[in-house]
Amino acid sequence: MLRVFGYWVTLYRRTWRGSIVLNVLNPLLFLIGIGAGLGALVDDNAPAQIAGVSYAAFFAPGMLAAAAMQNAFLEGSAGVARAAGFGAYRGATPTPLNPEQLAAGHLLFIAFRVLIASAAFIAVMAAFGLIAGWWVLGALLGATLTGVAFAAPAAAWAVGVRKLRHIDTVFRFVIMPLYMFSGTFFAVSQLPEWIQPVSYLLPLWHGVELCRTLSLGTATITGSCVHIAYLLVLAIGGFLAARVTYRRRLHP
Amino acid sequence: MVSEDALVEARSLTKVYPPRGSTAEFRAVDGIDFTLQRGESFGLLGPNGAGKSTTMRMIAATSPISGGTLRVLGMDPMRQGPEIRARLGVVTQDDHLDNELTVRENLHIYGRYFGLPRAVIRDRATRLLDFAQLQEKAGDQVETLSGGMRRRLTIARSLINEPDILLLDEPTTGLDPQARHILWDRLFQLKQQGVTLILTTHYMDEAEQLCDRLIVVDHGRIVAQGSPQELITRYATREVLELRFRLDERDIAAEKLGTSVLATGGTDTDGRVELLPDRVLVYTADGESALATVHAMSLTPLTALVRRATLEDVFLKLTGRSLIE
Repeated sequence: MLRVFGYWVTLYRRTWRGSIVLNVLNPLLFLIGIGAGLGALVDDNAPAQIAGVSYAAFFAPGMLAAAAMQNAFLEGSAGVARAAGFGAYRGATPTPLNPEQLAAGHLLFIAFRVLIASAAFIAVMAAFGLIAGWWVLGALLGATLTGVAFAAPAAAWAVGVRKLRHIDTVFRFVIMPLYMFSGTFFAVSQLPEWIQPVSYLLPLWHGVELCRTLSLGTATITGSCVHIAYLLVLAIGGFLAARVTYRRRLHP
Repeated sequence: MVSEDALVEARSLTKVYPPRGSTAEFRAVDGIDFTLQRGESFGLLGPNGAGKSTTMRMIAATSPISGGTLRVLGMDPMRQGPEIRARLGVVTQDDHLDNELTVRENLHIYGRYFGLPRAVIRDRATRLLDFAQLQEKAGDQVETLSGGMRRRLTIARSLINEPDILLLDEPTTGLDPQARHILWDRLFQLKQQGVTLILTTHYMDEAEQLCDRLIVVDHGRIVAQGSPQELITRYATREVLELRFRLDERDIAAEKLGTSVLATGGTDTDGRVELLPDRVLVYTADGESALATVHAMSLTPLTALVRRATLEDVFLKLTGRSLIE
């Protein structure tokens, strides 16, 4: 598993500078554009709706979790499908490594990438004065867990995908709606009542809540445990499924 | 422990791909038997879809067998895949090199997959780059290499673990003649060093040059096996006479030849006449005397060529001339 991780790190070493710039630039743009711009509007008109904090402080951890989801999904789907079709997995298949190790090593690398991107995001949040204290380090792990909870099932599915446009479709119709209904930009309590129970079932909502409560310092042990358990089930279930689908694709 | 003199031993080896969606069940390999001895070079010949690559994948322990038995290096590929793969070198049809990495980095990554220490990889990479004539390209990105260089790098990469058996799936397909000859030279050198080669190919000259023993497969079954010379002796004649006729004379000539002594055998028991759209082939022990017979029948071919029978004649006889796609 570590040898596979080593491969991805070798690739990453060629591009990490550009990648880190993006990791910082992305939250910067969001926090300035939405946090400050839209935030000014919200803070002036409806401060009570969002737990009595500034909109930027409310929105930032939501975006942290959503960005983790998006990065992890893309690497776990398109990245995996490419590696399985004509890339790194093909080169590694004749070696002593097993398909299960290829899955584990790649997921470990995706977790590492999400961790770095999330750390950059949190650093920008800190620069804007949007964090409540050291608890935010919990949000760093929460965002990474959110990423893996998406990457693992995505990889299990994508390793068998032969047409990359199928990934586009899933991104558009599964991932994008999750942004809207998981409390990223506004509290779920503001949604129509009949939608709210659906939101509570969405994986991103658990990621957003976990990161937000940790970031704002309002986390409860029970709540956090529920969110963590939900995301862990997805991550572990996804990995177990990937062990099967990787073998099916790479050792036909 | 089973004796390792037999490097690969297959008995009734079968591979069935289960039905998937609209595709029906497919028997890619349908009960084949063969034994590969150490130091032998072994070729799998057959048209596209004959089951060559599937057989290679099963030997390489990257595709589970569906039936029969298979032992590779005395081990069971179903249970000891990683142990087997650690001692094989594999050159697949597509090279799957990492374009974004340099030539040397590709070797390094591959060596790490085998769990080799960095220092060992460094030493071997230097030697292998020499062997593959890629020393000057060591620091270049793989993207910039020509097709022949990529193939040589793929072969160098497959040798990083000093394998007992080297499996090559159509190693020279798509290369220009110069690149093919360099590659053959390298493979021949490996063979001299005692590396056992298993290769699949469409090129009969390649099979004749590199293989001590051949298996011809078609539709997942073995249709013939032996050394290249044995196969030619058994399935072809010593010589082949190729005749071309004027268009208006062709049909008459074909009919006459088809019923002549050349087709029915006569003294030459292997005699056979094959009619192709553009020419007539006469399989015979003695091409010159067959040509004399043709002239004696008062036929006047536009061109007549006497040549030695090749493996290609054997291959086409065994697997047919129709286009397989």
